[in-house]
Amino acid sequence: MFEQSIWKTVFGRLTWESFPIHEPILLGTFIVVALLGAATLGAVTWFRLWGWLWREWLTSVDHKKIGIMYMILGIIMLLRGFADALMMRAQQAIAFGANQGYLPAHHYDQIFTAHGTIMIFFVAIPLIVGLVNYVMPLQIGARDVAFPFLNSLSFWLTVAGAILVMISLFVGEFSRAGWLNYVPVANLENSPDTGPDYYLWALQIAGVGTTLSAINMVTTIIKMRAPGMSMMKMPVFCWTALCSNVLAIAIFPVLTGAFALLMLDRYVHTNFFTNDLGGSPMMYWNLVWIWGHPEVYVLVLPVFGIFSEITSTFSGKRLFGYSSMVYATVVITILSYLVWLHHFFTMGSGASVNSFFGIATMVISIPTGAKIFNWLFTMYRGRIRFELPMMWVVAFMLTFVVGGMTGVLLAVPPADFVLHNSLFLVAHFHNVIIGGVVFGLFAGMTYWFPKAFGFKLDPFWGKVSFWGWVIGYWVAWTPIYVVGLMGTTRRVRHFDDPTLQPWFMVAAIGAVIILVGILAFVIQIAVSIKNRDKLRVTGDPWDGRTLEWAIPSPPPSYNFAFTPVVHDLDAWDDMKARGARAPAGGFKAIHMPRNTGAGVIMSAIALVLGFAMIWYMWWLAALSLAVLLIYSIAHTFNYDRDFFIPADDVAREEQARLAGGEA
Amino acid sequence: MANAHPISEPSPASAFYVTEEEHHGSGGGTLLGFWIYLMSDALIFATLFATYGVVSTNYAGGPGPRQLFELPLVAVNTAMLLLSSITYGMAMIDMEAGRKRATQIWLAITALFGAAFIAIELYEFSNLIAEGATPQRSAFLSAFFTLVGTHGLHVTFGLIWIAVMLVQVAQRGLVPENRRRLVCLGMFWHLLDVVWIGVFTFVYLLGALR
Repeated sequence: MFEQSIWKTVFGRLTWESFPIHEPILLGTFIVVALLGAATLGAVTWFRLWGWLWREWLTSVDHKKIGIMYMILGIIMLLRGFADALMMRAQQAIAFGANQGYLPAHHYDQIFTAHGTIMIFFVAIPLIVGLVNYVMPLQIGARDVAFPFLNSLSFWLTVAGAILVMISLFVGEFSRAGWLNYVPVANLENSPDTGPDYYLWALQIAGVGTTLSAINMVTTIIKMRAPGMSMMKMPVFCWTALCSNVLAIAIFPVLTGAFALLMLDRYVHTNFFTNDLGGSPMMYWNLVWIWGHPEVYVLVLPVFGIFSEITSTFSGKRLFGYSSMVYATVVITILSYLVWLHHFFTMGSGASVNSFFGIATMVISIPTGAKIFNWLFTMYRGRIRFELPMMWVVAFMLTFVVGGMTGVLLAVPPADFVLHNSLFLVAHFHNVIIGGVVFGLFAGMTYWFPKAFGFKLDPFWGKVSFWGWVIGYWVAWTPIYVVGLMGTTRRVRHFDDPTLQPWFMVAAIGAVIILVGILAFVIQIAVSIKNRDKLRVTGDPWDGRTLEWAIPSPPPSYNFAFTPVVHDLDAWDDMKARGARAPAGGFKAIHMPRNTGAGVIMSAIALVLGFAMIWYMWWLAALSLAVLLIYSIAHTFNYDRDFFIPADDVAREEQARLAGGEA
Repeated sequence: MANAHPISEPSPASAFYVTEEEHHGSGGGTLLGFWIYLMSDALIFATLFATYGVVSTNYAGGPGPRQLFELPLVAVNTAMLLLSSITYGMAMIDMEAGRKRATQIWLAITALFGAAFIAIELYEFSNLIAEGATPQRSAFLSAFFTLVGTHGLHVTFGLIWIAVMLVQVAQRGLVPENRRRLVCLGMFWHLLDVVWIGVFTFVYLLGALR
């Protein structure tokens, strides 16, 4: 008895039963992950890389390195999220009639929850934030972001959230309540286990990071543009990044608020979203979707920016309708805030309310359609080079338009009453997210990789990856559209009607083709690193038009030895046309932020705090909260946060690059 | 490419590059960034206000605002917070004039008013809980305690921040970093006043009418 109570005091509700040693799938995964993790840590130790890792990466406040780390996080989590997708496809392909498939219900429910959560919060967001982090400051001619330390903190908080989700795989359970952790399933009485708590703490910690990052990016764009770069001379990618981040600032507080209320419900038994004592579960749905719908645009707007940059570069032309592109982006930003209710027309809010939200939703397709035409007109009579980034653009236009049209279909309230929660809806949003966001991210990664690393990605494996994704997408999701239209609902583990099985088997084959695309992408990176000397490029490998191509690849830590002066849209194109040359001498000392470990350390403490709260280890939670507070305050007593790179060092670095045939 | 540029002669570097680095004015970015952060914080309050609005009559058979709220007490509390904003303004005037000692004194007075506000709020909360009007009793009470409590938590953080600033001003004086921080703290403190006006009107005054 006494021992038990000591155990409870120290470890809260964590017991030996919390470890899933009796589930072979999880145990196998754990062994693989543990071996890979041990191998990585062992390699870092063996090659004595810890000091280097700490100095050059973990404590770095350089926006370029943080951007790269965001990309690595996103790609790793993509593998995890895609493994979940494959498991669901396999289950749904076989679980018909007498066959129950291979996944028990409580495990299947965790998988579809984890898949959605991971893909949006820990794949799409890090990849988008990473690209914006890397590219945007270069495009506006800045040397870093407005708040370099905050940038590091934002990234590491996102990592802490991702780690919590990964821990839930092996210690306890993850949520079974869908990717937005819906009540009433996520209420304490229906899910007394750790699942929703893992979800809430992981996303609160990562969400703080995302909000801070958005504030940082908006301030950077407003305050740090190169001289002469008025708002309407800013590259479209920066405009879309600005709108995306403004939108993120407008919505993430609502999500934080909603999650905080659910936490109160679960921890101190308040009655916000309960079914009795006056609580209202639908209030949770409203709040999370006030975040959720604009979030789609937070992700897709920067991607529209990527497509704009690539289309214009690879067509050798200025973007058609620059100002209409900017206005369309702003209009989408505003409208996206006014459509959340279309996620639950079936709530019963009445015909007038549903009509308003239905029409508002349909209106969004007008500025989006304008963008598609702008890209087409940019290509029209352009000298198009069909290199890999441009191939992604074309695949995007063909795929995304279909997703947009099924979206307009779903925006019609009477149609939505039939299609609500069907697989048709699931196919629709995968259509826009894979066809829009994912294709755009691959386009962007292929396009800017040479800038970040100084060599291009291998085109052959890139094309394998491209065709894997594009063909795989259509094979996997067309049958889901079909069965969805016939009325099959989402989140189903087992089917009684055997006539549906062929559709799901085709979908599973499609998922395997996408797997080929993902593996080819990983191989592409490995092959490119191996052949990097053959793929080596100069500062401007694509004949680019914006300022990031004006500097060497990879850029020096200070980006621009001399801050550029902008006279025109597509500033670098203008500079090339007018024969501008960077000064070869007269370098000045450059003011830069100092590295700090505070971001990693604070995030590590936040991770411990989250874990302690999930498992009811109150003493550890109180301790880590106190340490976090004291450490943060102590950090503000450090006034020595910047330094100057001496002019001689700048001169040496620039001359070395000139001698190497760069710049 | 480059069909729009008739000029083809090489241009001097100075037309395209800043060859003489000017010093960026420090602080402008911080103030804007902090202001944006405050707007995001205001949205958290907006969420809590909206939630309160939705469930403000869901008493679940429990007590309602008319039985619970003591307007005189809340009036005193409001006065504390409004006065603290005035005293913070005095601190800023002295900071602008470079008077370190006076700045510290006004900051301390501000903290006293803030502490009084928190003390009165805790007294009010403990009374409510003693009467059985706990946050668990009904959705109305959950929302009430969360909205008012979140504001109180912000004021508490403001108090910790004032304490930290008192130490830092004592250590380093009114250096530019500390001035910038005091301006940020000021914006934070005044925003809490604005939010409180909303709480006072929307929760207490409207509640007393119910």
